[in-house]
Amino acid sequence: MTALAALLLRDTRLAVRVGGGALMGVLFFLLVVTMVPFGVGPDLKLLGRIGPAILWIGALLATLLGLDRLLAADHDDGSLDLILMGHAPLELAVAAKALAHWLTTGLPLVIAAPLFGIFLNIDGSAIGIVALTLLVGTPALTFIGLIGAALAVALQRGGLLLPVLVLPLTVPVLIFGIAAGDAAILNAAPFGAPFLILIALTLTSVVIGPVAAAAVLRHGLD
Amino acid sequence: MNLGPYAAFILAAYSLTTAVVVALILWVLLDYRVQRKLLADLEARGVTRRSEPPR
Amino acid sequence: MEWIALANPSRFLALAERLLPGLAAATALAFAAGLYAAFFVAPEDYQQGATVRIMFIHVPGAWLGMLGWAIMSVAALGTLVWRHPLADVALKTAAPIGAAFTFVCLVTGALWGRPMWGTYWVWDARLTSVLVLFLMYLGLIALWRAIEDPARAARAAAVLTLVGAVNLPIIKFSVDWWSTLHQPASVFRVGGSTIHPAILAPLLVMALAFTLLFATLYVSAMRNEILRRRVRTLRLLQVHAAQGA
Repeated sequence: MTALAALLLRDTRLAVRVGGGALMGVLFFLLVVTMVPFGVGPDLKLLGRIGPAILWIGALLATLLGLDRLLAADHDDGSLDLILMGHAPLELAVAAKALAHWLTTGLPLVIAAPLFGIFLNIDGSAIGIVALTLLVGTPALTFIGLIGAALAVALQRGGLLLPVLVLPLTVPVLIFGIAAGDAAILNAAPFGAPFLILIALTLTSVVIGPVAAAAVLRHGLD
Repeated sequence: MNLGPYAAFILAAYSLTTAVVVALILWVLLDYRVQRKLLADLEARGVTRRSEPPR
Repeated sequence: MEWIALANPSRFLALAERLLPGLAAATALAFAAGLYAAFFVAPEDYQQGATVRIMFIHVPGAWLGMLGWAIMSVAALGTLVWRHPLADVALKTAAPIGAAFTFVCLVTGALWGRPMWGTYWVWDARLTSVLVLFLMYLGLIALWRAIEDPARAARAAAVLTLVGAVNLPIIKFSVDWWSTLHQPASVFRVGGSTIHPAILAPLLVMALAFTLLFATLYVSAMRNEILRRRVRTLRLLQVHAAQGA
Protein backbone atom coordinates (compact mmCIF):
# COMPACT_ATOMS: atom_id res chain seq x y z
CA MET A 1 0.00 0.00 0.00
CA THR A 2 2.77 2.44 0.77
CA ALA A 3 4.16 1.98 -2.72
CA LEU A 4 0.90 3.20 -4.23
CA ALA A 5 0.71 6.13 -1.86
CA ALA A 6 4.26 7.04 -2.79
CA LEU A 7 3.40 6.85 -6.48
CA LEU A 8 0.34 9.03 -5.94
CA LEU A 9 2.40 11.58 -4.02
CA ARG A 10 5.18 11.59 -6.60
CA ASP A 11 2.84 12.19 -9.50
CA THR A 12 0.99 14.92 -7.67
CA ARG A 13 4.22 16.69 -6.77
CA LEU A 14 5.56 16.45 -10.29
CA ALA A 15 2.37 17.78 -11.81
CA VAL A 16 2.27 20.74 -9.48
CA ARG A 17 5.92 21.53 -10.03
CA VAL A 18 6.59 21.05 -13.72
CA GLY A 19 5.73 24.19 -15.66
CA GLY A 20 2.16 24.50 -14.42
CA GLY A 21 0.51 21.44 -15.96
CA ALA A 22 -2.54 22.01 -13.80
CA LEU A 23 -2.88 25.68 -14.62
CA MET A 24 -2.35 25.09 -18.32
CA GLY A 25 -5.46 22.91 -18.32
CA VAL A 26 -7.48 25.68 -16.72
CA LEU A 27 -6.08 28.22 -19.15
CA PHE A 28 -7.02 26.02 -22.09
CA PHE A 29 -10.49 25.55 -20.58
CA LEU A 30 -10.88 29.34 -20.43
CA LEU A 31 -9.71 29.64 -24.01
CA VAL A 32 -12.32 27.17 -25.24
CA VAL A 33 -15.00 29.03 -23.29
CA THR A 34 -13.85 32.27 -24.91
CA MET A 35 -13.78 30.85 -28.42
CA VAL A 36 -17.37 29.62 -28.46
CA PRO A 37 -19.06 33.05 -28.42
CA PHE A 38 -16.92 34.01 -31.39
CA GLY A 39 -18.56 31.14 -33.17
CA VAL A 40 -22.17 31.33 -32.03
CA GLY A 41 -22.44 35.03 -31.28
CA PRO A 42 -22.67 36.95 -28.02
CA ASP A 43 -26.37 36.41 -27.42
CA LEU A 44 -26.42 35.81 -23.68
CA LYS A 45 -29.67 33.85 -23.76
CA LEU A 46 -28.25 31.39 -26.25
CA LEU A 47 -25.01 31.10 -24.34
CA GLY A 48 -26.87 30.48 -21.11
CA ARG A 49 -28.84 27.73 -22.77
CA ILE A 50 -25.81 25.90 -24.18
CA GLY A 51 -23.57 26.86 -21.27
CA PRO A 52 -23.41 23.42 -19.63
CA ALA A 53 -22.46 21.89 -22.96
CA ILE A 54 -19.66 24.41 -23.50
CA LEU A 55 -18.30 23.80 -20.03
CA TRP A 56 -18.42 20.04 -20.48
CA ILE A 57 -16.77 20.07 -23.88
CA GLY A 58 -14.15 22.50 -22.63
CA ALA A 59 -13.40 20.26 -19.66
CA LEU A 60 -13.25 17.24 -21.94
CA LEU A 61 -10.78 18.86 -24.33
CA ALA A 62 -8.65 20.22 -21.51
CA THR A 63 -8.50 16.75 -19.93
CA LEU A 64 -7.65 15.16 -23.28
CA LEU A 65 -4.79 17.54 -23.88
CA GLY A 66 -3.37 16.84 -20.47
CA LEU A 67 -3.41 13.08 -20.95
CA ASP A 68 0.01 12.88 -22.56
CA ARG A 69 1.44 13.84 -19.17
CA LEU A 70 -0.06 10.70 -17.70
CA LEU A 71 2.19 7.97 -19.05
CA ALA A 72 4.42 9.34 -21.80
CA ALA A 73 6.95 11.09 -19.58
CA ASP A 74 7.40 8.00 -17.43
CA HIS A 75 7.76 5.87 -20.53
CA ASP A 76 10.43 8.19 -21.90
CA ASP A 77 12.66 8.18 -18.87
CA GLY A 78 12.21 4.52 -17.99
CA SER A 79 10.10 4.94 -14.87
CA LEU A 80 7.29 3.02 -16.49
CA ASP A 81 9.50 -0.03 -16.81
CA LEU A 82 10.30 0.22 -13.12
CA ILE A 83 6.64 0.45 -12.29
CA LEU A 84 5.98 -2.61 -14.44
CA MET A 85 8.65 -4.55 -12.60
CA GLY A 86 7.53 -3.41 -9.20
CA HIS A 87 5.64 -5.36 -6.57
CA ALA A 88 2.44 -3.39 -6.72
CA PRO A 89 -0.15 -4.71 -9.16
CA LEU A 90 0.09 -2.77 -12.38
CA GLU A 91 -3.66 -2.08 -12.34
CA LEU A 92 -3.39 -0.32 -9.01
CA ALA A 93 -0.25 1.54 -10.01
CA VAL A 94 -1.82 3.07 -13.11
CA ALA A 95 -4.97 3.78 -11.10
CA ALA A 96 -2.85 5.74 -8.63
CA LYS A 97 -1.30 7.67 -11.51
CA ALA A 98 -4.73 8.40 -12.96
CA LEU A 99 -5.98 9.59 -9.59
CA ALA A 100 -3.00 11.93 -9.27
CA HIS A 101 -3.67 13.19 -12.77
CA TRP A 102 -7.32 13.92 -11.97
CA LEU A 103 -6.41 15.70 -8.76
CA THR A 104 -3.99 18.00 -10.55
CA THR A 105 -5.74 18.41 -13.91
CA GLY A 106 -9.43 17.53 -13.57
CA LEU A 107 -10.14 19.01 -10.17
CA PRO A 108 -8.80 22.49 -11.08
CA LEU A 109 -11.20 22.43 -14.03
CA VAL A 110 -14.09 21.68 -11.69
CA ILE A 111 -13.06 24.55 -9.44
CA ALA A 112 -12.74 26.96 -12.36
CA ALA A 113 -16.05 25.94 -13.94
CA PRO A 114 -18.35 28.14 -11.82
CA LEU A 115 -16.29 31.21 -12.66
CA PHE A 116 -16.37 30.43 -16.37
CA GLY A 117 -20.09 29.77 -16.05
CA ILE A 118 -20.45 33.47 -15.30
CA PHE A 119 -18.91 34.26 -18.68
CA LEU A 120 -21.55 32.07 -20.27
CA ASN A 121 -24.43 33.62 -18.37
CA ILE A 122 -25.48 30.37 -16.74
CA ASP A 123 -27.98 30.85 -13.91
CA GLY A 124 -26.63 31.04 -10.38
CA SER A 125 -28.03 27.79 -9.02
CA ALA A 126 -27.48 25.99 -12.28
CA ILE A 127 -23.78 26.82 -12.13
CA GLY A 128 -23.49 24.83 -8.92
CA ILE A 129 -25.24 21.86 -10.46
CA VAL A 130 -23.10 21.90 -13.58
CA ALA A 131 -20.00 22.05 -11.38
CA LEU A 132 -21.32 19.05 -9.46
CA THR A 133 -21.80 17.06 -12.65
CA LEU A 134 -18.26 17.96 -13.65
CA LEU A 135 -16.95 16.89 -10.24
CA VAL A 136 -18.57 13.51 -10.64
CA GLY A 137 -17.87 13.13 -14.35
CA THR A 138 -14.29 14.36 -14.85
CA PRO A 139 -12.77 11.34 -13.07
CA ALA A 140 -14.50 9.19 -15.68
CA LEU A 141 -12.86 11.27 -18.41
CA THR A 142 -9.43 10.78 -16.82
CA PHE A 143 -9.81 7.04 -16.23
CA ILE A 144 -11.12 6.43 -19.74
CA GLY A 145 -8.33 8.61 -21.05
CA LEU A 146 -5.92 6.37 -19.19
CA ILE A 147 -6.71 3.62 -21.70
CA GLY A 148 -5.88 5.90 -24.61
CA ALA A 149 -2.70 7.03 -22.91
CA ALA A 150 -1.63 3.42 -22.46
CA LEU A 151 -2.38 2.65 -26.10
CA ALA A 152 -0.41 5.66 -27.28
CA VAL A 153 2.57 4.61 -25.20
CA ALA A 154 2.41 0.97 -26.26
CA LEU A 155 2.00 1.83 -29.92
CA GLN A 156 4.63 4.55 -29.79
CA ARG A 157 2.41 6.95 -31.68
CA GLY A 158 1.68 10.47 -30.72
CA GLY A 159 -0.26 13.26 -32.31
CA LEU A 160 -4.00 12.96 -32.57
CA LEU A 161 -4.11 9.22 -31.98
CA LEU A 162 -4.85 9.63 -28.31
CA PRO A 163 -7.82 11.97 -28.68
CA VAL A 164 -9.18 9.94 -31.60
CA LEU A 165 -9.10 6.81 -29.48
CA VAL A 166 -10.50 8.36 -26.34
CA LEU A 167 -13.27 10.64 -27.56
CA PRO A 168 -15.75 7.99 -28.66
CA LEU A 169 -15.36 6.23 -25.35
CA THR A 170 -16.25 9.39 -23.47
CA VAL A 171 -19.53 9.94 -25.34
CA PRO A 172 -21.73 8.38 -22.62
CA VAL A 173 -20.10 10.52 -19.96
CA LEU A 174 -20.66 13.63 -22.02
CA ILE A 175 -24.29 12.75 -22.77
CA PHE A 176 -25.32 12.12 -19.21
CA GLY A 177 -23.19 14.88 -17.74
CA ILE A 178 -24.74 17.51 -20.00
CA ALA A 179 -28.22 15.99 -19.58
CA ALA A 180 -27.94 16.39 -15.83
CA GLY A 181 -26.75 19.97 -16.23
CA ASP A 182 -29.49 20.83 -18.71
CA ALA A 183 -32.12 19.32 -16.46
CA ALA A 184 -31.12 21.84 -13.85
CA ILE A 185 -31.44 24.74 -16.28
CA LEU A 186 -34.59 23.77 -18.12
CA ASN A 187 -36.37 22.17 -15.16
CA ALA A 188 -38.15 20.08 -17.73
CA ALA A 189 -36.31 16.79 -17.47
CA PRO A 190 -35.44 14.97 -14.27
CA PHE A 191 -32.00 15.51 -12.84
CA GLY A 192 -31.73 12.35 -10.79
CA ALA A 193 -31.73 9.79 -13.57
CA PRO A 194 -28.87 11.11 -15.69
CA PHE A 195 -26.91 12.03 -12.57
CA LEU A 196 -27.10 8.52 -11.16
CA ILE A 197 -26.07 7.07 -14.50
CA LEU A 198 -23.15 9.51 -14.53
CA ILE A 199 -22.04 8.25 -11.14
CA ALA A 200 -22.34 4.68 -12.39
CA LEU A 201 -20.24 5.52 -15.44
CA THR A 202 -17.52 7.00 -13.29
CA LEU A 203 -17.43 4.02 -10.95
CA THR A 204 -17.28 1.66 -13.89
CA SER A 205 -14.49 3.57 -15.60
CA VAL A 206 -12.45 3.62 -12.38
CA VAL A 207 -12.40 -0.19 -12.65
CA ILE A 208 -12.28 -0.77 -16.38
CA GLY A 209 -9.77 1.98 -17.12
CA PRO A 210 -6.86 0.70 -15.03
CA VAL A 211 -7.55 -2.94 -15.92
CA ALA A 212 -7.56 -2.21 -19.65
CA ALA A 213 -4.59 0.13 -19.44
CA ALA A 214 -2.55 -2.42 -17.50
CA ALA A 215 -3.38 -5.12 -20.04
CA VAL A 216 -2.30 -2.86 -22.89
CA LEU A 217 0.94 -1.92 -21.18
CA ARG A 218 1.81 -5.52 -20.41
CA HIS A 219 1.18 -6.76 -23.92
CA GLY A 220 2.47 -3.69 -25.68
CA LEU A 221 5.71 -3.21 -23.83
CA ASP A 222 6.89 -6.77 -23.98
CA MET B 1 -20.66 59.85 1.86
CA ASN B 2 -23.50 58.08 0.19
CA LEU B 3 -22.45 55.43 -2.26
CA GLY B 4 -25.93 54.69 -3.41
CA PRO B 5 -27.82 51.41 -3.66
CA TYR B 6 -24.92 49.62 -5.28
CA ALA B 7 -22.36 50.46 -2.63
CA ALA B 8 -21.41 46.80 -2.28
CA PHE B 9 -20.23 46.66 -5.89
CA ILE B 10 -18.18 49.84 -5.54
CA LEU B 11 -16.57 48.55 -2.36
CA ALA B 12 -15.94 45.15 -3.90
CA ALA B 13 -14.25 46.72 -6.91
CA TYR B 14 -11.98 48.91 -4.79
CA SER B 15 -11.19 46.14 -2.29
CA LEU B 16 -10.28 43.71 -5.01
CA THR B 17 -8.04 46.24 -6.74
CA THR B 18 -6.36 47.01 -3.43
CA ALA B 19 -5.82 43.31 -2.86
CA VAL B 20 -4.20 42.89 -6.29
CA VAL B 21 -1.98 45.95 -5.76
CA VAL B 22 -0.95 44.76 -2.30
CA ALA B 23 -0.19 41.32 -3.73
CA LEU B 24 2.03 42.86 -6.40
CA ILE B 25 3.87 44.97 -3.83
CA LEU B 26 4.37 41.96 -1.58
CA TRP B 27 5.62 39.89 -4.48
CA VAL B 28 8.20 42.51 -5.37
CA LEU B 29 9.33 43.03 -1.77
CA LEU B 30 9.54 39.36 -0.83
CA ASP B 31 11.30 38.41 -4.04
CA TYR B 32 13.86 41.14 -3.32
CA ARG B 33 14.51 39.72 0.15
CA VAL B 34 14.84 36.18 -1.20
CA GLN B 35 17.32 37.14 -3.91
CA ARG B 36 19.46 39.23 -1.56
CA LYS B 37 19.58 36.40 0.93
CA LEU B 38 20.60 33.92 -1.76
CA LEU B 39 23.32 36.27 -2.95
CA ALA B 40 24.56 36.78 0.59
CA ASP B 41 24.68 33.02 1.12
CA LEU B 42 26.64 32.45 -2.06
CA GLU B 43 29.04 35.24 -1.22
CA ALA B 44 29.60 33.81 2.24
CA ARG B 45 30.57 30.56 0.60
CA GLY B 46 33.16 32.33 -1.46
CA VAL B 47 31.46 32.13 -4.84
CA THR B 48 32.32 35.28 -6.69
CA ARG B 49 31.61 36.73 -10.11
CA ARG B 50 35.22 37.36 -10.94
CA SER B 51 36.87 35.11 -13.46
CA GLU B 52 39.39 33.71 -11.02
CA PRO B 53 38.28 30.45 -9.37
CA PRO B 54 37.23 30.65 -5.75
CA ARG B 55 39.92 29.77 -3.24
CA MET C 1 22.33 59.28 -20.35
CA GLU C 2 22.41 57.01 -23.35
CA TRP C 3 20.35 53.85 -23.35
CA ILE C 4 23.47 51.83 -23.92
CA ALA C 5 24.82 53.06 -20.60
CA LEU C 6 21.95 51.25 -18.93
CA ALA C 7 23.04 47.99 -20.51
CA ASN C 8 25.31 47.41 -17.58
CA PRO C 9 23.18 45.68 -14.97
CA SER C 10 25.13 47.18 -12.12
CA ARG C 11 24.47 50.67 -13.46
CA PHE C 12 20.79 49.83 -13.68
CA LEU C 13 20.79 48.57 -10.12
CA ALA C 14 22.39 51.81 -8.95
CA LEU C 15 19.85 53.82 -10.91
CA ALA C 16 16.99 51.76 -9.50
CA GLU C 17 18.30 52.39 -6.00
CA ARG C 18 18.14 56.14 -6.60
CA LEU C 19 14.80 56.18 -8.39
CA LEU C 20 12.69 53.87 -6.28
CA PRO C 21 12.15 55.99 -3.15
CA GLY C 22 11.05 58.95 -5.26
CA LEU C 23 8.82 56.81 -7.45
CA ALA C 24 7.17 55.16 -4.47
CA ALA C 25 6.54 58.50 -2.80
CA ALA C 26 5.13 60.01 -5.98
CA THR C 27 2.85 56.99 -6.38
CA ALA C 28 1.51 57.32 -2.85
CA LEU C 29 0.87 61.03 -3.28
CA ALA C 30 -0.86 60.55 -6.61
CA PHE C 31 -3.12 57.86 -5.15
CA ALA C 32 -3.97 60.05 -2.19
CA ALA C 33 -4.96 62.87 -4.51
CA GLY C 34 -6.70 60.56 -6.95
CA LEU C 35 -8.76 58.68 -4.38
CA TYR C 36 -9.82 61.92 -2.74
CA ALA C 37 -10.86 63.30 -6.09
CA ALA C 38 -12.61 60.06 -7.04
CA PHE C 39 -14.76 59.99 -3.94
CA PHE C 40 -15.17 63.58 -2.84
CA VAL C 41 -14.71 65.74 -5.90
CA ALA C 42 -16.29 63.80 -8.73
CA PRO C 43 -20.04 64.16 -8.84
CA GLU C 44 -22.38 61.26 -9.36
CA ASP C 45 -23.15 60.44 -12.94
CA TYR C 46 -26.72 61.33 -13.82
CA GLN C 47 -27.28 57.91 -15.36
CA GLN C 48 -25.14 55.64 -13.28
CA GLY C 49 -25.12 57.26 -9.87
CA ALA C 50 -22.29 56.44 -7.56
CA THR C 51 -21.13 53.36 -9.46
CA VAL C 52 -19.37 55.63 -11.92
CA ARG C 53 -16.61 55.70 -9.30
CA ILE C 54 -15.66 52.21 -10.40
CA MET C 55 -14.61 53.74 -13.68
CA PHE C 56 -11.69 55.39 -11.90
CA ILE C 57 -10.00 52.03 -11.50
CA HIS C 58 -11.52 50.20 -14.45
CA VAL C 59 -10.22 52.57 -17.14
CA PRO C 60 -6.67 52.93 -15.76
CA GLY C 61 -6.58 49.12 -15.53
CA ALA C 62 -7.34 48.85 -19.23
CA TRP C 63 -4.84 51.56 -20.08
CA LEU C 64 -2.06 49.87 -18.12
CA GLY C 65 -2.85 46.46 -19.55
CA MET C 66 -2.26 47.85 -23.01
CA LEU C 67 0.74 49.89 -21.91
CA GLY C 68 2.28 46.72 -20.53
CA TRP C 69 2.17 45.00 -23.89
CA ALA C 70 3.52 48.13 -25.61
CA ILE C 71 6.49 48.19 -23.23
CA MET C 72 7.09 44.50 -23.79
CA SER C 73 7.07 45.06 -27.54
CA VAL C 74 9.80 47.67 -27.27
CA ALA C 75 11.77 45.35 -25.01
CA ALA C 76 11.24 42.51 -27.48
CA LEU C 77 12.81 44.61 -30.22
CA GLY C 78 15.69 45.25 -27.87
CA THR C 79 16.15 41.53 -27.38
CA LEU C 80 15.89 40.46 -30.99
CA VAL C 81 17.32 43.37 -32.93
CA TRP C 82 19.83 45.10 -30.68
CA ARG C 83 20.53 42.29 -28.20
CA HIS C 84 20.41 44.83 -25.41
CA PRO C 85 21.16 42.69 -22.35
CA LEU C 86 18.65 44.41 -20.14
CA ALA C 87 15.94 43.96 -22.75
CA ASP C 88 15.40 40.35 -21.67
CA VAL C 89 14.84 41.49 -18.11
CA ALA C 90 12.51 44.29 -19.20
CA LEU C 91 10.59 41.84 -21.37
CA LYS C 92 10.06 39.27 -18.67
CA THR C 93 9.10 41.49 -15.77
CA ALA C 94 6.43 43.54 -17.55
CA ALA C 95 4.24 40.51 -18.20
CA PRO C 96 2.92 39.67 -14.73
CA ILE C 97 2.35 43.33 -13.90
CA GLY C 98 0.50 44.00 -17.14
CA ALA C 99 -1.54 40.84 -16.67
CA ALA C 100 -2.49 41.86 -13.11
CA PHE C 101 -3.82 45.24 -14.26
CA THR C 102 -5.71 43.63 -17.13
CA PHE C 103 -7.26 41.30 -14.57
CA VAL C 104 -8.26 44.30 -12.45
CA CYS C 105 -9.88 45.84 -15.53
CA LEU C 106 -11.89 42.69 -16.24
CA VAL C 107 -13.12 42.17 -12.70
CA THR C 108 -13.98 45.81 -11.99
CA GLY C 109 -15.76 45.86 -15.32
CA ALA C 110 -17.86 42.89 -14.23
CA LEU C 111 -18.63 44.55 -10.91
CA TRP C 112 -19.60 47.70 -12.76
CA GLY C 113 -21.66 45.80 -15.28
CA ARG C 114 -23.80 43.94 -12.76
CA PRO C 115 -25.59 46.97 -11.34
CA MET C 116 -25.55 48.85 -14.62
CA TRP C 117 -26.45 46.27 -17.25
CA GLY C 118 -27.83 43.54 -14.98
CA THR C 119 -25.15 41.03 -15.84
CA TYR C 120 -21.58 40.39 -14.74
CA TRP C 121 -20.38 39.75 -18.22
CA VAL C 122 -21.34 40.81 -21.69
CA TRP C 123 -19.61 39.77 -24.88
CA ASP C 124 -19.28 43.26 -26.24
CA ALA C 125 -16.32 44.47 -28.28
CA ARG C 126 -14.39 46.19 -25.52
CA LEU C 127 -14.70 43.55 -22.80
CA THR C 128 -14.02 40.72 -25.22
CA SER C 129 -10.89 42.40 -26.55
CA VAL C 130 -9.55 42.88 -23.04
CA LEU C 131 -10.30 39.24 -22.24
CA VAL C 132 -8.33 38.13 -25.28
CA LEU C 133 -5.47 40.41 -24.22
CA PHE C 134 -5.56 38.79 -20.77
CA LEU C 135 -5.42 35.32 -22.30
CA MET C 136 -2.44 36.35 -24.40
CA TYR C 137 -0.67 37.59 -21.28
CA LEU C 138 -1.27 34.26 -19.56
CA GLY C 139 0.02 32.35 -22.56
CA LEU C 140 3.16 34.45 -22.61
CA ILE C 141 3.78 33.87 -18.91
CA ALA C 142 3.28 30.13 -19.47
CA LEU C 143 5.90 30.29 -22.23
CA TRP C 144 8.42 31.98 -19.92
CA ARG C 145 7.96 29.24 -17.37
CA ALA C 146 8.28 26.47 -19.91
CA ILE C 147 11.87 27.20 -20.96
CA GLU C 148 14.68 26.78 -18.47
CA ASP C 149 17.46 28.80 -20.06
CA PRO C 150 16.75 32.55 -19.65
CA ALA C 151 18.35 33.57 -22.94
CA ARG C 152 16.41 31.05 -25.02
CA ALA C 153 13.23 31.86 -23.14
CA ALA C 154 13.74 35.55 -23.84
CA ARG C 155 14.08 35.04 -27.56
CA ALA C 156 10.98 32.84 -27.75
CA ALA C 157 9.01 35.28 -25.61
CA ALA C 158 10.23 38.21 -27.69
CA VAL C 159 8.94 36.63 -30.89
CA LEU C 160 5.60 35.83 -29.31
CA THR C 161 5.33 39.35 -27.89
CA LEU C 162 5.90 40.94 -31.29
CA VAL C 163 3.48 38.55 -32.97
CA GLY C 164 0.99 39.51 -30.28
CA ALA C 165 1.64 43.21 -30.79
CA VAL C 166 0.94 42.90 -34.50
CA ASN C 167 -2.12 40.79 -33.80
CA LEU C 168 -3.71 42.96 -31.13
CA PRO C 169 -4.99 45.67 -33.52
CA ILE C 170 -6.22 42.93 -35.87
CA ILE C 171 -7.97 41.17 -33.01
CA LYS C 172 -9.50 44.44 -31.82
CA PHE C 173 -10.73 45.19 -35.32
CA SER C 174 -12.21 41.74 -35.85
CA VAL C 175 -13.86 41.71 -32.44
CA ASP C 176 -15.39 45.14 -33.18
CA TRP C 177 -16.69 43.82 -36.49
CA TRP C 178 -18.05 40.66 -34.87
CA SER C 179 -19.70 42.74 -32.22
CA THR C 180 -21.49 45.02 -34.67
CA LEU C 181 -22.71 41.94 -36.51
CA HIS C 182 -24.43 40.61 -33.44
CA GLN C 183 -25.14 43.61 -31.28
CA PRO C 184 -28.82 44.44 -30.81
CA ALA C 185 -30.02 48.03 -30.91
CA SER C 186 -28.91 48.97 -27.42
CA VAL C 187 -25.27 49.91 -27.31
CA PHE C 188 -23.48 49.94 -23.99
CA ARG C 189 -21.42 53.04 -23.57
CA VAL C 190 -18.98 53.82 -20.87
CA GLY C 191 -19.90 56.79 -18.72
CA GLY C 192 -22.56 58.28 -20.93
CA SER C 193 -22.10 60.03 -24.23
CA THR C 194 -19.16 62.24 -23.35
CA ILE C 195 -17.12 62.38 -20.24
CA HIS C 196 -17.91 65.46 -18.19
CA PRO C 197 -14.77 67.39 -17.18
CA ALA C 198 -15.67 67.00 -13.53
CA ILE C 199 -15.28 63.26 -13.99
CA LEU C 200 -12.42 63.46 -16.45
CA ALA C 201 -10.03 65.23 -14.08
CA PRO C 202 -10.18 62.62 -11.28
CA LEU C 203 -9.89 59.95 -13.94
CA LEU C 204 -6.66 61.46 -15.22
CA VAL C 205 -5.24 61.76 -11.73
CA MET C 206 -6.02 58.12 -11.03
CA ALA C 207 -4.55 57.14 -14.38
CA LEU C 208 -1.36 58.98 -13.42
CA ALA C 209 -1.33 57.30 -10.01
CA PHE C 210 -1.68 53.85 -11.57
CA THR C 211 1.03 54.62 -14.12
CA LEU C 212 3.41 55.66 -11.37
CA LEU C 213 2.51 52.46 -9.52
CA PHE C 214 3.33 50.47 -12.65
CA ALA C 215 6.67 52.25 -12.92
CA THR C 216 7.54 51.61 -9.29
CA LEU C 217 6.62 47.93 -9.46
CA TYR C 218 8.35 47.56 -12.80
CA VAL C 219 11.69 49.02 -11.72
CA SER C 220 11.62 46.94 -8.52
CA ALA C 221 10.76 43.78 -10.40
CA MET C 222 13.53 44.40 -12.90
CA ARG C 223 15.97 44.81 -10.04
CA ASN C 224 14.80 41.48 -8.60
CA GLU C 225 15.17 39.76 -11.94
CA ILE C 226 18.75 41.02 -12.33
CA LEU C 227 19.55 39.68 -8.88
CA ARG C 228 17.86 36.39 -9.72
CA ARG C 229 20.07 36.00 -12.79
CA ARG C 230 23.14 36.73 -10.71
CA VAL C 231 22.14 33.98 -8.32
CA ARG C 232 21.74 31.60 -11.23
CA THR C 233 25.12 32.53 -12.69
CA LEU C 234 26.83 32.11 -9.35
CA ARG C 235 25.21 28.75 -8.81
CA LEU C 236 26.34 27.57 -12.24
CA LEU C 237 29.85 28.79 -11.44
CA GLN C 238 29.70 26.88 -8.21
CA VAL C 239 28.74 23.70 -10.02
CA HIS C 240 31.50 24.18 -12.56
CA ALA C 241 34.08 24.77 -9.87
CA ALA C 242 32.95 21.65 -8.03
CA GLN C 243 33.21 19.64 -11.21
CA GLY C 244 36.62 21.00 -12.00
CA ALA C 245 38.03 20.36 -8.56
